[in-house]
Amino acid sequence: MIAFDNVAYNYGGGELLSEVSLRLAPGSFHFLTGPSGAGKTTLLKLAYAELKPTSGRVTIFDREVRSLSRDDIAMTRRRIGVVHQDCQFLDHLPLAANVSLPLTVAGRTGEARDLTDLLGWVGLGALGDALPPQLSGGERQRAALARAIIMGPDVLLADEPTGNLDWELSLRLLSLLVELNRMGKTILIATHDLNLIRQAKAQVAARVLRIKNRRVQLAGADL
Amino acid sequence: MQNPFAMLMPSDRHSDRVVPPSGFTAQLTLFSAAAMAFLAVFALALSLASGRLADRWQDALDGTATIRISAPPEQMETQVAAVLALLSTTPGIASSRALSAEEQRALLEPWFGPDLPVDALPLPRLIEVTEGPEGYDGEGLRQRLTAEAPGAVLDDHTRWRRPLALAADRLRLLGLLSLVLIAGTMGAMITLAANAALSANLQVIRVLRLVGAKDSYIARAFVRRFTLRALSGAAIGTVVAMLGVALLPRADEAGGFLTGLGFQGVGWLLPLILPPLAAIVAFAATRFAAFRTLRGLT
Ligand SMILES: Nc1ncnc2c1ncn2[C@@H]1O[C@H](COP(=O)(O)OP(=O)(O)O)[C@@H](O)[C@H]1O
Ligand SMILES: [Mg+2]
Repeated sequence: MIAFDNVAYNYGGGELLSEVSLRLAPGSFHFLTGPSGAGKTTLLKLAYAELKPTSGRVTIFDREVRSLSRDDIAMTRRRIGVVHQDCQFLDHLPLAANVSLPLTVAGRTGEARDLTDLLGWVGLGALGDALPPQLSGGERQRAALARAIIMGPDVLLADEPTGNLDWELSLRLLSLLVELNRMGKTILIATHDLNLIRQAKAQVAARVLRIKNRRVQLAGADL
Repeated sequence: MQNPFAMLMPSDRHSDRVVPPSGFTAQLTLFSAAAMAFLAVFALALSLASGRLADRWQDALDGTATIRISAPPEQMETQVAAVLALLSTTPGIASSRALSAEEQRALLEPWFGPDLPVDALPLPRLIEVTEGPEGYDGEGLRQRLTAEAPGAVLDDHTRWRRPLALAADRLRLLGLLSLVLIAGTMGAMITLAANAALSANLQVIRVLRLVGAKDSYIARAFVRRFTLRALSGAAIGTVVAMLGVALLPRADEAGGFLTGLGFQGVGWLLPLILPPLAAIVAFAATRFAAFRTLRGLT
């Protein structure tokens, strides 16, 4: 689905990521971990073509990112659900409109009827008319997950999706992600919450990628 | 992209809502478009009126001048012959001929009736002079006439209009140039307003890109807005200015320039192209600004 080949990235200062090679196979479940500032968010941005690698190749759905036109990038993003670290909502639109925004911009507004089901699934059935600034952190993150999957994407990328949640809500969100994985979605979750990773490993065959000294390595059972 | 104007069709109200309303730039755009259309109507009226004036005066110039000869009866024929000979050798004169007694009687008839004994009256003889395209030297001709035929007077009353006709023609050009400048200014103002709206909504645009919006979709939301505002603003300005022109007092029907400033006949339809023109300018300016902003984002 998504592959990195010897990818390096820097924002203009020193190199942040070097020699990164990884492959997200269809239906796989990965965690991406590492200390704050290690480059987890940066790696995810490379994976949905918000950033282009300084060197090396990023391939999304078998197409090299550098060869994609701006419209190609838009079409690619419709197949990748992303839960952003800071949610990225439009604060002037009610939650329901935010969650269905990917359908709206794709001109598929007719399919918004599944919206009620989806909001119910993430436990936000009653909040469709609320504006994003009125929601709690946990509600926003569940809404962000709903928006990420409303297009029925093949791949789901989540950046610290439990960052604002207490343990109980984190587990609830994790179970939603596990459920999606069982439905066949490819999943990559960036988190520094090792407890969450342990909890997940009890439920699915999750692999853990760790950013250390600018490299990405597969972590062993030492978590 | 096949039909960029499909963007303006009301089918897509959603793309409008995804960008928050921008009250202040909206009002500024509306106001500028109205003001520019108002000015454009007057520039158009000026251009049309001076065009009419230039044509009218040009026509008058194409007419003839007259030479009037008053002389004692026994000298009359010699002087007429002398003047005709002189005119035939004057450069810039296409033709000349003496009016016959019948023609002169016909000219006087409206004033004195058909029974006027023309032969018995000491009337001056008239010679009709038709100017050639290159024009003649009026002052030189006058001096030669005084020398050769003391009783001859050149009446070229229409010639003073030549510089005025030229000025009117220039005025028409200036009016057209003003129209072009007004369109350019409006384009510039809308570009500024669109850029302000785009910068104010940078975060919104970024989110839209993140959820898979194409550039054309995002541009459409802005283009639609500014095009519709320019269209309605220009419509208001045009209507107000046309009312102003229609209500100009018509004190001098004889063709005074200022009172002739209005539109005539189908000319009244001409200002109606201004609102669509404003819409086209706004469409192009906003589209250009939007795509330039979008190129800076992933
Ligand atoms: N747009 C940017 N410009 C410059 N530096 C950046 C930018 N975004 C992130 N960084 C820097 O890159 C490093 C990694 O950031 P990030 O990928 O967000 O790490 P993580 O998500 O693992 O906490 C940080 O030191 C951060 O300051
Ligand atoms: Mg991060």
